[in-house]
Formats: sequence, structure tokens, C-alpha cells
Amino acid sequence: MSQFAINLLFVGASFALYIGIAIWARAGSTKDFYVAGGGVHPVTNGMATAADWMSAASFISMAGLLASGGYFASSFLMGWTGGYVLLAMLLAPYLRKFGKFTVPDFIGDRFYSGAARNIAVVCLITASVTYVIGQMSGAGVAFSRFLEISNTAGIWIAALIVFLYAVFGGMKGITYTQVAQYVVLIIAYTIPAIFIALQLTGNPIPMFGLFSTHTESGLPLLEKLNMVVSEIGFREYTADIDNKLNMFLFTLSLMFGTAGLPHVIIRFFTVPKVADARWSAGWALVFIALLYLTAPAVGSMARLNLVTTVYPDAAGQVENYDEAMTNAIAYEDRPNWVKTWEETGLITFEDKNNDGRIQMYNDSNPDFAATASERGWEGNELNINNDILVLANPEIANLPPWVIGLIAAGGIAAALSTAAGLLLAISSAVSHDLIKKTFKPDITEKGEMLAARISMAGAILVATYLGLNPPGFAAQTVALAFGIAAASLFPALMMGIFSVTMNNKGAVAGMLAGLLTTLVYIFTYKGWLFIPGTNTLPDNVDNWVLGISPLSFGAIGAMINFAVAFAVAKSTDAPPAEIREMVESVRYPKGAGQAQDH
Amino acid sequence: MADDKSNAAAYWSANLRLIFGSLIVWALVSYGFAILLRPLLAGIPVGGTDLGFWFAQQGSILTFIAIIFHYAWRMNKLDEKFGLGE
Repeated sequence: MSQFAINLLFVGASFALYIGIAIWARAGSTKDFYVAGGGVHPVTNGMATAADWMSAASFISMAGLLASGGYFASSFLMGWTGGYVLLAMLLAPYLRKFGKFTVPDFIGDRFYSGAARNIAVVCLITASVTYVIGQMSGAGVAFSRFLEISNTAGIWIAALIVFLYAVFGGMKGITYTQVAQYVVLIIAYTIPAIFIALQLTGNPIPMFGLFSTHTESGLPLLEKLNMVVSEIGFREYTADIDNKLNMFLFTLSLMFGTAGLPHVIIRFFTVPKVADARWSAGWALVFIALLYLTAPAVGSMARLNLVTTVYPDAAGQVENYDEAMTNAIAYEDRPNWVKTWEETGLITFEDKNNDGRIQMYNDSNPDFAATASERGWEGNELNINNDILVLANPEIANLPPWVIGLIAAGGIAAALSTAAGLLLAISSAVSHDLIKKTFKPDITEKGEMLAARISMAGAILVATYLGLNPPGFAAQTVALAFGIAAASLFPALMMGIFSVTMNNKGAVAGMLAGLLTTLVYIFTYKGWLFIPGTNTLPDNVDNWVLGISPLSFGAIGAMINFAVAFAVAKSTDAPPAEIREMVESVRYPKGAGQAQDH
Repeated sequence: MADDKSNAAAYWSANLRLIFGSLIVWALVSYGFAILLRPLLAGIPVGGTDLGFWFAQQGSILTFIAIIFHYAWRMNKLDEKFGLGE
């Protein structure tokens, strides 16, 4: 069977499974549609949350980020997991007790303010739309690479599949397909990682292999990696960094953002009890950790593999690295996977010194320039897109064709599961918060259900359009989506629960202050509305205030939100008695019942 | 009613204490060991690098899982003890 047929078989089988689930899990009521009927087991919900959370970026890009970023990129690992601790203790159980369908629903009711609700809707839609574009284009890339169809056709197929189970099944359909998608994506991620860990370290568990011995050289894997990357002018992989403030704030922004992203929060509305929401956050993190503990091993091992592929003499016990590094691989002898990926344009080679060999090194490091010219190197000749590390892993490790088929299905599963969760967050904000709560309060249950389905279909069309024609902000998910969630939604939700005295004016002023300062800081460096060339200051560390990157500003925005909200609340009227009672009631699990409409 | 109120207040402050303690551990392993205090842990070797790097890549995630399950378990006890569970 050809590779194409195998890929088609795996992807096709996974789609058949998702569609089967869609038929089985049709939504009969708005409660089914918004919160899957409220009866999802905490472990099931944990698994669905993990798939909801782990996007095309986690599946495809994270190992590459870690491989190129080294120690600093640990922020992604800690930030995207540490947020679940905040969710489990500060948000999920209380929002579950509150028992409504959407995040703006809580903000609107708690702060007895339509303005607060609408700001929350705008934040939710902006963050989720930014996020969903990446999923649609990620699915497009996976389809075009593995199924040999155009990117456009790939995005349309992805949209159709999501349409089938999201429009008919709502949260109910999404929940059970996410469970299936988690299983597909975790198997697809782990199997190649196990083989690579075995090949490099003899240890079958990647997370242990990372800290064990590299078989070929007899050195600890990370020590060997540090040596070979510094021999070609890069920073040591594990080297500490000087700008600790930025790393601190970046991690904190990712944690606040993770806790404040609506598509994750609404997953906790689907469990039967408050206690289940707590357990469920723990299970979600267990399932997420299975991938996040594997990713750094994949990243570092893939990087070592890559360097020793280009410089074969540097792989074993090396006496003289200078000598080993001059004997780079000849372009003619490059392995097959390099050829495959050259065709996609994600690997490019240019023989700058015309020696017929591949030189890969850091040509932007001034301290290394002398060594490079001594060796006769005239610039880095091999450019590799970070995103291919995971996708090319099975080929790099010479794994059988069915593993490649599995990776194809896994990458698509990661993109679809996150897209569906985001689309539900968007459509429920539209049908529930805008249509029912703001414009047409007298809408019937049946009418709202129809509105929810139409909103979902509309959201899918918008996401598909933006996936096909990605706007400037599409690549700024980390800055924009996490910045907004961290600076505006997370503090508002937290104050709504932990401060009895926080009032409507304080919350609105705080959300606006956090949101606007964060956007201004991001736009100053990334361009106003992300239009290229309109940035006020160049986006590099010399121009950042105190060395704080625009990606790290969400945490500062959150602090500003808290400060402004408390200052305003102190000088304006305290919230009415029934609101104080409501805050009291969300704090105690007793009498929660299932998520209710009112 | 007054009893109910003081019972509920005691439950809430027990919850806040538990959250506070958990957040200290949460911050210590990630912002502490993995970032700010990493130079202090540089002398402790772990698999070719130092303990701080291990916390940054694995230790903090494993600790986060432990924190959540510990919190969920303790809160269930508190729910029961104060009679405020479902």
C-alpha cells in the first residue's frame, strides 16, 4: 500500500469515528448544546479538556519551539500547564456552582451590567477567533502535506467535519469527539517519540530519556546537545538567561491567559458537581502532561539528531570537534526525509561556499564569525521550519509508513478538537449572550436552539474564510489571545468570586484598563492592528520597556486591571445585597445542581 | 442562621488558607526553582544539566498535577466537614 493510501486510511477512519459520534450525540436541548447536558464524568471531561486545549500549535509547533528556544522555551511548558492550577483553585469550581452556560453570562450577572457582559463578549470573540484561525490553517497544512490536496480544499474539508458534529451535537457532540481525538493525538505523538528516545538513549520513556545517557557518545544527552550546538555557534541548549524578569512575566501571562480562555472554562460547566470540576482540572492536566512531558524530549532529541545528521562525525565520542565539524554531510548524501520536505519548501538549502556540503550554523553570532570563516563557511546553508520536527519525526527515525499515517490523523485531530471548542465558545456567546440576553430576551428554548445552531454555522464560515485568507493578527495568537484573556477576563472572573465588594463600575473600568494597556503595548511593537510597518518602536529587546516583551505584557495588564478595578470600586457604590448573596453562594458547593438556564 | 453564617465563613477561610499554601508551592517550583532561583540550584546536577532546568521542563508540571489533586482531595474533606458539599 502506498504512503498516500495509508494516510488516507488513517485520516478517513478517524473521520468516520467522529461522524459516528456526531450521529450518536445529537443535542436535544439548549442544555445539551451548551453544556453537554451537564452530566459528563470528570475523567471524560478531563480528556476532552486536554484535546480542547492541545491545539495544532501544541501538537505540531511546540517541540520545534522547545528545540530552537532551549531553556527559555520552558516558559511555554510551565505557562500552559500552571494555568490549570489557577483554574482548579480560583475559577472552575465557583463558575460551575454559578451554573450558567457561558463566561460572559457570569461576568454580566455578577457585575449586574450589560456593559460588562458585552466587553466580555468582545474579548471572548477576539481571543477565540484569533485562536481558531491557527487551527483552520493548521488543519490545512496537515491535509496538504499528507493527503496531497490543496490547502484550500483541506480547510474546507476540516470545516465540513467540524460542521457535522458541532452544529448538530453542540457541546455534547464536541465532548465525545474530543475524547476520541485525544486518544488519536496522544498515540500519534507518543509512538514516534518512544522510538526516537530508544534510538538515542535506549530508554523507551521519552521524559526519562531526556535526562539519561546518549548511547552513541556515552555522555548525558543534554550535555552532548550543549556541546554540539555550541560548536556551531548557538547558545548552549540548557544555558540560563539574563532577562529573568521577562521570562517570569511571560510565564505568568501564559498562566493567567490559560486560566482565562473561555473555551477551556466552559468545559468545566459540563460536569455534574462542583467537586467534579476540581477533579476534572486535575485529570485534564494529567492528560495534557502526557504530551507536555514528551514534547521537550522530542524537541531536544530531534535537534541533536538534526545536528548529527548534518555533521555525522560529531555524533559519537569526539576528540576534536573542529575536525568533526569541517566534515559536514555532502548535499548529495542527504537523507530522504530532507528531500521530501525540501519539496514542501519547509527545508531550503543554498550552497553559499560552493563546497557541495551542507553547513548549518548560527551565522548571526558575531563571536562565532571568526571560527566560521576559519572553517571556510560563508553563511548558514540549511533553513528548517520549526514546525516540521514533529511531522518529520517518523521519517527521521525511519519508522514504518503507518506511523506517518497516524501522525497525519493526530495533527488533524489536534486542530479539529481545539477548533470545535473555540467555535462553541464563540457561538454560545453570540446566541446566548448577544441574542438571548441582549437583543431578544423573550426568545423560546426552541428559538434559542436554532439561534445557537445558526451561530455555530456562521462561526464556522467566518473561521473558514479567515483560515483561507489569514489576516495580520493570525500569527499573533500568543500575544493577542493570551494577552486579552490574561489582562481582561482572568482578573474579572477572579474578582467576581473572591471580592464581595467589587462592583459594576470597578469591573468595567478594570477590564477596559487591562485590555487597552495590553493592546497598546502589543501594537506599539507589533504594528497598530498588526498592520506591518505601523509599529511605533522596533520589536526587539533594546526597545522593550524594562526588557518586557509584548508577549509578556498580559500579566502586567492583569495587575493594572486589578488596581484600577479596586480603586474605582472603592470610590463608587457598593454592589447591592442580592449580588453579595450571589457571591456568597458561588463559594459553597451546596445546592449547585446541574448547569441551569433561568 | 448565625451558625450557618459563621460555619460558611470558617469554610471559606479554610479554603483560602489551602489556596494560599498551594499557590506558594506553585510559585516556588515554577517562578522559584525553574526561573529566579535557578542559579542557586546550579550546583545540583541532574542528567547532564542542573536541577533548575529539570524543574523548568518536568518538575514544575509534575508538581502542578500533585497540587491540583491534593487541593481537590482536601476540599472534598472540607465540604464534608462543614456540611457544605452536594
